[in-house]
Amino acid sequence: GGVEVLFSNKRNQVTTLPAIAPSSGTHPERPADLRYLIRWMSDNLLTDRKELFMDGETVRPGILVLVNDTDWELEGELDYELKPGDEIVFISTLHGG
Amino acid sequence: MVPNRTCALCHTSKPILRRPKTGQQLCKPCFFYVFETEVHETIIGTNLFQQGEKVAIGASGGKDSTVLAHVLTVLNERYGYGLQLHLLSIDEGITGYRDDSLKSVKRNQQEYGLPLKILGYDELYGWTMDRVVEQIGRKNNCTFCGVFRRQALDRGAASLDADHIVTGHNADDTAETVLMNILRGDIARLGRCTAICTKGEDSIKRSKPFKYAYEKEIVMYAYFKKLDYFSTECLYAPDAYRGHARVFLKDLEAARPSAIIDIIHSGEAFQVAQDVELKPQQFCQRCGYMASNELCKACTLLESLEKGMGKLAVGDRNRRKLDDEPMPQGMRTIPMFQRSATTDSASPL
Repeated sequence: GGVEVLFSNKRNQVTTLPAIAPSSGTHPERPADLRYLIRWMSDNLLTDRKELFMDGETVRPGILVLVNDTDWELEGELDYELKPGDEIVFISTLHGG
Repeated sequence: MVPNRTCALCHTSKPILRRPKTGQQLCKPCFFYVFETEVHETIIGTNLFQQGEKVAIGASGGKDSTVLAHVLTVLNERYGYGLQLHLLSIDEGITGYRDDSLKSVKRNQQEYGLPLKILGYDELYGWTMDRVVEQIGRKNNCTFCGVFRRQALDRGAASLDADHIVTGHNADDTAETVLMNILRGDIARLGRCTAICTKGEDSIKRSKPFKYAYEKEIVMYAYFKKLDYFSTECLYAPDAYRGHARVFLKDLEAARPSAIIDIIHSGEAFQVAQDVELKPQQFCQRCGYMASNELCKACTLLESLEKGMGKLAVGDRNRRKLDDEPMPQGMRTIPMFQRSATTDSASPL
């Protein structure tokens, strides 16, 4: 829904992520969660303006996140722990209708 | 936060969404039902339509108008509104943006089996937005486009003999507009902008059935229903004033999701005091469209473009400078479409 523009127009991407997220400034070492995925995507996959995708440690307000076809708000948002084979979908609401 | 594991409505299926409006956790079919039913209740509660009305859906191929075309088709059928639905699309002439989204509208046309009319700025005004931006840059281009598009929808609807235009403006849009009008101190617009239905040119009504529908829910509805829509930001939009209001609103929503509806209700509660002077309505001396001055806004803007002074036309203050310049030769008059005699409205739904 528009987010692909920031990721060299690749709508679907399959990636492999380290299972344990290294400790960062605010969080200790932990199993990979959505917080880590977003940071990882920003560092490794983003081809365009980072501020259009990330805002601080979360996604920019207006970008919806779905985990296996479920609203991430029901799955713990940034704290959701990733499992093998999970499908994460990012949809932008920030454009004309 | 531990989520409930069953839908708040049917208590059977697994919830897939948390509604921003109510915080309820709903499964897919219940979400569809609630979303559609709320729009239906908005329509019935405000007596929006009459039986047998001819309705032009302002269709851009984007998320809101695609979902609007879908939901209206469904509700028209389900509740027997008896409406004749048309898709009306305006081509502003923005290369790489509008031509792609028109493809999306054509797909809508096929999917819902609705007749489609496309009207271009080129044929109406003799100017595409690409040319306008070439002349005036990116600062006030949205003003031109907004005025031109509004008139284009009215004229397009008249040519279809439609009684009613509907657009996909959603709750977020409405709340942003309220904020914008407050920030700019535009009292005239503030008093009108939350009305769900406004009477326009030639008594064609203009309504926003999605007025209370959250943008997030529209996007989720489209995603789960697998509706196809076009999703790129207008090439000229990033510098628009509305962007500031939108960012602010999104931050408010993140903190308290009900903020959007709350702002709309506040906007509805505004009443312009009786002694505030608002300009009386006249008719444009050049093309006959309704106006607050001698010339309607579109003719004013067009005149400025033709004189090569587009940047001046936006505010009222610069009007005098514009008048000092001689009129260019062969200045076009924007065509008016006459509607055939309107039949008196039948029963409400």
